[in-house]
Amino acid sequence: MLSIKNLHVSIDGKEILKGINLEIKPGEVHAIMGPNGAGKSTLASVLAGRDLYEVTEGEITFQGKNILDMAPEDRAKEGIFLGFQYPIEIPGVSTVNFMKTAVNEHRKHKGLDPLTASDFLKLMRDKKALVEIDSKLTNRSVNEGFSGGEKKKNEIFQMAMLEPKLAVLDETDSGLDIDALRIVANGVNKLKTADNSTIVITHYQRLLDYIIPDVVHVLFDGRIVKTAGKELALELEEKGYDWIKEENGK
Amino acid sequence: MAKEEQDKILDEVTQSDYKYGFVTDIENDDIGRGLSEDVIRMISAKKNEPEFMLEFRLKAYRHWLTMKMPEWAYLKIPEINYQDIIYYSAPKQKAKLESMDDVDPEIRATFDKLGIPLDEQKLLSNVAVDVVMDSSSVKTTFKQALAEKGVIFCSFSDAVQEHPDLIQEYMGTVVPIQDNFFAALNSAVFSDGSFVYIPKGVRCPMELSTYFRINAENTGQFERTLIVCEDESYVSYLEGCTAPMRDENQLHAAIVEIIVKDNAEVKYSTVQNWYPGNKEGLGGIYNFVTKRGICEGKNAKLMWAQVETGSAVTWKYPSTILKGDGSSSEFYSVAVTNNHQQADTGSKMIHIGNNTKSTIISKGISAGKSSNSYRGLVKVTKNCEGARNFSQCDSLLLGDKCGAHTFPYLEIGNKSAKVEHEATTSKIGEDQIFYCNQRGISTEDAIGLIVNGYAKEVINKMPMEFAVEAQKLLAISLEGSVG
Ligand SMILES: Nc1ncnc2c1ncn2[C@@H]1O[C@H](COP(=O)(O)OP(=O)(O)O)[C@@H](O)[C@H]1O
Ligand SMILES: [Mg+2]
Repeated sequence: MLSIKNLHVSIDGKEILKGINLEIKPGEVHAIMGPNGAGKSTLASVLAGRDLYEVTEGEITFQGKNILDMAPEDRAKEGIFLGFQYPIEIPGVSTVNFMKTAVNEHRKHKGLDPLTASDFLKLMRDKKALVEIDSKLTNRSVNEGFSGGEKKKNEIFQMAMLEPKLAVLDETDSGLDIDALRIVANGVNKLKTADNSTIVITHYQRLLDYIIPDVVHVLFDGRIVKTAGKELALELEEKGYDWIKEENGK
Repeated sequence: MAKEEQDKILDEVTQSDYKYGFVTDIENDDIGRGLSEDVIRMISAKKNEPEFMLEFRLKAYRHWLTMKMPEWAYLKIPEINYQDIIYYSAPKQKAKLESMDDVDPEIRATFDKLGIPLDEQKLLSNVAVDVVMDSSSVKTTFKQALAEKGVIFCSFSDAVQEHPDLIQEYMGTVVPIQDNFFAALNSAVFSDGSFVYIPKGVRCPMELSTYFRINAENTGQFERTLIVCEDESYVSYLEGCTAPMRDENQLHAAIVEIIVKDNAEVKYSTVQNWYPGNKEGLGGIYNFVTKRGICEGKNAKLMWAQVETGSAVTWKYPSTILKGDGSSSEFYSVAVTNNHQQADTGSKMIHIGNNTKSTIISKGISAGKSSNSYRGLVKVTKNCEGARNFSQCDSLLLGDKCGAHTFPYLEIGNKSAKVEHEATTSKIGEDQIFYCNQRGISTEDAIGLIVNGYAKEVINKMPMEFAVEAQKLLAISLEGSVG
């Protein structure tokens, strides 16, 4: 599904990712944990193709294709979805119109006709139910005036609408109360199949009680310094990140 | 998005071509350059006008000679040599058009190309069109069907011949010849335009529209529109405009006068797409327009809706005089400027009658190196009780080389008035674009979504047949300009 080899990334000449290696197979859930500033969001953004960041070395292949030269919208249509740590507000653009455009762009990419208005509305209804999002939210402009938690829910709703092959969820748990967390996690779990993969970025173990990862990575100072099974998350929860910092000489 | 990438996209947009820039090769009847009393007499004679028209023109001309071009607008306009302009040019064709076959094929082809077929069978069945090329009206459709309802819809010249009493009664009553420099000039030399008369109690059965086209070189276009709505009548009217691409600037100075009587309602929509000049700022139309309506009767309603994407320079403030008690007016505008375009535009609402209401919604969108100013006046006279106004002026910036300015003026002469003004400035952020990209939406489409979302409130006020066109026009004139 996804293969990252020796990825180095800089911003304004400052190196942030310092040689990341990561292999994700279809059907797998990987958690990436790590302290603030480790480079987790940077990695997510680079996967989605944000060009603020400069890839100085290394490669990323997604479903056998090199994606580094691909525009962000093409990566999206190939099946990469980013759940933003800080979702963006787009005043004036209705969620319905936004999602209709997005869904139909994805369909066009697959050689399918645009959905009819009624099919589209049915799809909206089904997916809204799946992530238990209120129509009051989807009737508004994209994320405009949403609370932090509502924005996160809206990310999962969009993910449900677009059915990506690889979902990268960047701190989707932060800002959620325990009920919202359960709903969001349930949504993600319901969308899981044997063919799609998920990267869950978080620095709390909490979310991983609901979304059970196959693999847990610790990202620290631009490198993956530890990779293990789901028990690693519990260990981090218990001990914090200080021992990681000490082991890595900081 | 990287800086270079932004610049690249900005460049691409600014290169998006003006689709209406071609010239039609037809023989013109023009009178040569320059302006004098003789020229005015010649125009009047060519049009075989009654004496009162010539007097009106000469009076306006003499007054114009005492006036100076206004300088208060936030515009840089090179000096205009008014002697270097041709004031009358009309496509040569048979004097009287009896049927479609009489319209010059070249002219028909021109309007087909512009998407305005003159053939009634091909037209939208609920829109009647008056087509004005350079100084004269080429054709008015559905005249007959409208006449059955008592509606008069014809070129201004025909109205002068066929309904001189109506013209004499109303012309110059809303925009007097002394009103301003361009109004005086128009009153002296105007050549054609449209006339609409809706009799008492009649709901006009179709949309009326006038399509203005400048074609000839070195000419100015000076048209006049007069709309009279008697008690309890209704009409929705739309004007559209385009011009060829030329390196020299061309002058367009129009007047629109609207009279709305008791309980009558007028919707006046504009899609203005005059040639804006090239991306270096060469050429383009100078659009200096005086549009004004009077809600003469009680509970009269006048709505202005405009989408303005063209012209090198726009100077235009559609205004309403709210004279009848309980009358109301709304102004909805989207003005787009790109490249080197300049616009100083807005509205004036003059409250005289009691319990009059006005709304101004102005949405400016600026890209490239353009300048986009809103200028608006809300005036409440001393004896006007219970006036209400709400004004909202929003600016959207694309890129950081353009400018947006807001100049709201309030003159409130009566304490009972309630006046609210809101203004916002926003920018399309690259994070918004990236968010759209991440959902599979291209940058061009993302801008289209955001701009149309921003302008939605105004577009929704346009007649349905034109709303789609207006939406496309917005997207085209801004393609790719992200900042
Ligand atoms: N746009 C930016 N400009 C400069 N530095 C940045 C930018 N984005 C992130 N960084 C820096 O990169 C490092 C990693 O940030 P980030 O990927 O957001 O970490 P995390 O998501 O793990 O908390 C931090 O030191 C942060 O300050
Ligand atoms: Mg982060």
